[in-house]
Amino acid sequence: MNQNPPNTIEVTDLTVAYKDKPVLWDVDLEVPEGILMAIVGPNGAGKTTLIKAILGLIEPAAGQVLIQGAPYKEQRRLVGYVPQRGSVDWDFPTTVIDVVKMGRYGSLGWIRRPGKKEQQKAMEALEKVGMSDFAERQISQLSGGQQQRVFLARALVQEASIYFMDEPFQGVDAVTERAIVTLLQDLRASGKTVVCVHHDLTTVPEYFDWVMLLNVRRIASGPVEEVFTDENLRLAYGGRVGFLRERRAAQ
Amino acid sequence: MTLPDLLNNLLFDYTVRTVALGAMVLGVVSGALGTFALLRKQSLLGDAVSHAALPGVVIAFLLTRSKASIVLILGAAIAGWLATIWMMNIVKHTRVKEDNALGLVLSVFFGFGLMLLTFTQRLPDSRQAGLDSFLFGQAATLLTRDVLTMAALGGISLLLIGVFWKEFKLLSFDREFAASLGFPISFLDILLTTLLVIAIVIGLQAVGVVLMSAMVVAPAAAARQWTDRLGVMLFLSSFFGALAGLIGALISSLGSGLSTGPVVVLSISVIVLVSLFFAPNRGLFWRWVRQRRNRRKLRIGSVLSNLYTLGSQHGDPKHAHSIEVLRAMNYGRGGVQRSLLTLEERGHVVREDEHKWALTESGLEEARKITQQSPQSE
Amino acid sequence: MTSSQIEIQLIAIITAAACALPGVILVLRRMAMMSDAISHTVLLGIVIGFFLVGDLNSPILIFGAAAIGVLTVSLVALLERTRLVKEDAAIGLVFPALFSIAVILISRYAGDVHLDTDAVLVGELAFAPFDRLIVFGRDIGPRGLYVMLGILLFNTLFITIFYKELKITTFDAGLAAALGFAPTLMHYALMSLVSLTVVGAFDIVGSILVVALIVTPPAAAYLLTDDLGRMFVLSVLIGALSALSGYWLAYGLDASIAGSIATMTGVIFVLVFLFAPDKGLVSSARRRTRQKWEFAQTMLAIHLFNHENTPAASEESRFAHLREHLRWEDAFANQVVKRAENAKLIQRNNGALELTDHGRQHAQITLTN
Repeated sequence: MNQNPPNTIEVTDLTVAYKDKPVLWDVDLEVPEGILMAIVGPNGAGKTTLIKAILGLIEPAAGQVLIQGAPYKEQRRLVGYVPQRGSVDWDFPTTVIDVVKMGRYGSLGWIRRPGKKEQQKAMEALEKVGMSDFAERQISQLSGGQQQRVFLARALVQEASIYFMDEPFQGVDAVTERAIVTLLQDLRASGKTVVCVHHDLTTVPEYFDWVMLLNVRRIASGPVEEVFTDENLRLAYGGRVGFLRERRAAQ
Repeated sequence: MTLPDLLNNLLFDYTVRTVALGAMVLGVVSGALGTFALLRKQSLLGDAVSHAALPGVVIAFLLTRSKASIVLILGAAIAGWLATIWMMNIVKHTRVKEDNALGLVLSVFFGFGLMLLTFTQRLPDSRQAGLDSFLFGQAATLLTRDVLTMAALGGISLLLIGVFWKEFKLLSFDREFAASLGFPISFLDILLTTLLVIAIVIGLQAVGVVLMSAMVVAPAAAARQWTDRLGVMLFLSSFFGALAGLIGALISSLGSGLSTGPVVVLSISVIVLVSLFFAPNRGLFWRWVRQRRNRRKLRIGSVLSNLYTLGSQHGDPKHAHSIEVLRAMNYGRGGVQRSLLTLEERGHVVREDEHKWALTESGLEEARKITQQSPQSE
Repeated sequence: MTSSQIEIQLIAIITAAACALPGVILVLRRMAMMSDAISHTVLLGIVIGFFLVGDLNSPILIFGAAAIGVLTVSLVALLERTRLVKEDAAIGLVFPALFSIAVILISRYAGDVHLDTDAVLVGELAFAPFDRLIVFGRDIGPRGLYVMLGILLFNTLFITIFYKELKITTFDAGLAAALGFAPTLMHYALMSLVSLTVVGAFDIVGSILVVALIVTPPAAAYLLTDDLGRMFVLSVLIGALSALSGYWLAYGLDASIAGSIATMTGVIFVLVFLFAPDKGLVSSARRRTRQKWEFAQTMLAIHLFNHENTPAASEESRFAHLREHLRWEDAFANQVVKRAENAKLIQRNNGALELTDHGRQHAQITLTN
């Protein structure tokens, strides 16, 4: 990485309020290209809100978001999104391959239906997440980890250069967790940028190379080894992180 | 009346034919839109919209003095649409939740409609007669013209579903993802809801406000049981809706005092019941059969492994043991005798005398497999 | 006023009060549509009861209908438990089916008795005074008045006795179960109460008006108060007010009384929806404008605070920068700066904006809670 890597995501002075209550205050964030970044912070810190505001799913009260130098609306094609697994009804009558194809809907545009090309891309993505045997399965028959892999595959077919993932490790088994980490690292190796909302502080240094500590405002962000310090953690979590760090030290 | 008579009626009796066609059209359209309503957890919106349509019908009539379907349907659609928008606004801007907002909008709009209805009853001529067929539905008053109106509006709705199929599917499954891809979800939301309102109001004249809500929920609920594909579900739902319409129209043509609406609703309710019980995979009956089979399998396995355990304690795996011992070991489970007979059929055990049973070579192998699979099956 | 006018108004008010009481609990439990379902299915209970006893005035009918109400609730619960359909769909499947059976039974076998589907939905309060209650040969008033009075008393008693239980099972069913309050039992008791109220009221005011009276006044009261006791009182008052004003609206327009009362519940709800002191549309819009300015000032303070003592501080505190980074219009930014200056949150220093001590404190406090 050179001295001044180009920032692929640039958030300045982002303030978001739900009804009357502010959830994010004046957040700045610069994300250089080609890194694997975790957003961590206590519950209610606004992690998911930050991602949603960047993606334009929530109207911010102030501030701006630039993706490779232009507003999100113009750069949609560059961005892939993995929402929280629990945000959809998995009893919906559809198949795995169908869900994955939804990732192509954006580039298909209005009315045009997915065809052979989309089918092929979806199969390739399922291959990458190790789910090609499940292509024709109904989605309600999947385990939590499998559901998460399907969502990842759907993001892969978006062929984006920046990915936002909301808690991709939430409620998945150990095997899936390893598989997802490998996948994220592959993405980084091919020059993509990945931003994850993450919960497990103990795995941050192992999985990620960049981290943002958030608690309504930005506490710190930067390379893990510089930013993921006891002091910053205490600032983000209050006094409650002591035991987490001890556990990490023990490991 | 025999089946040929029924067919004869269907083909040549104007009223029966018109009613059947009308009921089928409404079944197809509400079945299709109901699929999305069910998946978007808007099942009861149908109930609210159909009740809320009443003032629209009455006002449309008071303004135009016309009972043409297109006029009344338009009035109904506007009222139903306004009610939906109001409902969504109550939920958005206050802490009154969706269920309560539905009940509120439904009863207030309907009450307002009733109030207005009294004005029409005072009109000097009797032209308002038949307006209250919108309340309870009077399929017999349907004219070819009405059915054509229904078919035209329904056709447009179905066409739009076809055009926006991919978008509606994505919207129903994962709104946020749809938004992140840049699809305008509030526009799609309103479009889909408007189509649902149209589906409901075209059915009002045939089955009435109370029963129209069933035509939104029931065909889709039945179809959901048979398939795991959205497209198939929509097709099946429309088919069930049409089938119920046809059956209802035919049965009600048989006897006096059987108005079409309730018979259509009962037909679709029977279809729902059959689907809930007998649809492959999801059906309750098959679930029950599977449970029974599993329990039986467990019982048989347990008897086998018990014989094996007893045998190994004895030092002779093929030693015969009395059924009483096995019964004691399977206390509270029952069916030991039947399990043994099944095992005998399969050649896994042999009967030594009246009460004593022993493992065969194949039974021994089978028992080993079971004990290896689950070291502590108890 | 003639005596029958007074009687009609009395019946209307008492009905409104009787409906509002269980309505409060239903609204808090988000179960309004269940009352709609019950209001339709009780017809089946009445029909079956009528076939059994052959008398439309028998009290057995009321219990038959209440039983069907409870059956409706149980069937919905049963359907939901199969996990094959969701709750809203379960309601939408059960009540039209039961209602259809009732309508067919009536038209097939009871065509010549006074049991008319129209009357069930529509009701006609105007006729209530004609149905007199005769005790020992003496006319003591309209029957409907006594029926509704009885139901009102019963509802009041039930809610007074089980106030604590209703409260806890409504707000935290899990805790209630842990404390041994049997939420399921309370649920069915409440549903029986609703069924009973609906049956009592349906041939007097019509089932849809019952739904309007059960749902709308409590929903309006819900926007006026946070206190459960007050919500009961307000609901009854709003219900009674709707009944009275509805009656006179109907009188003035010569229209259906039940329809007019339902309309008035809606009118009152709209007024509350718009003008409720705290939760109304107008007051929250006003509050939002006020908060928009306060919010913007705080935002400015926090912005300056975040960049204080950083290399970019002088850059970030330029007025022109607000427009660029916070995406504020010039006029708006001007206003905010002026207001913040007036509030002594910031001061100008050579064209740069600076926090005052007060402003710094304000930013810190906002960020820490």
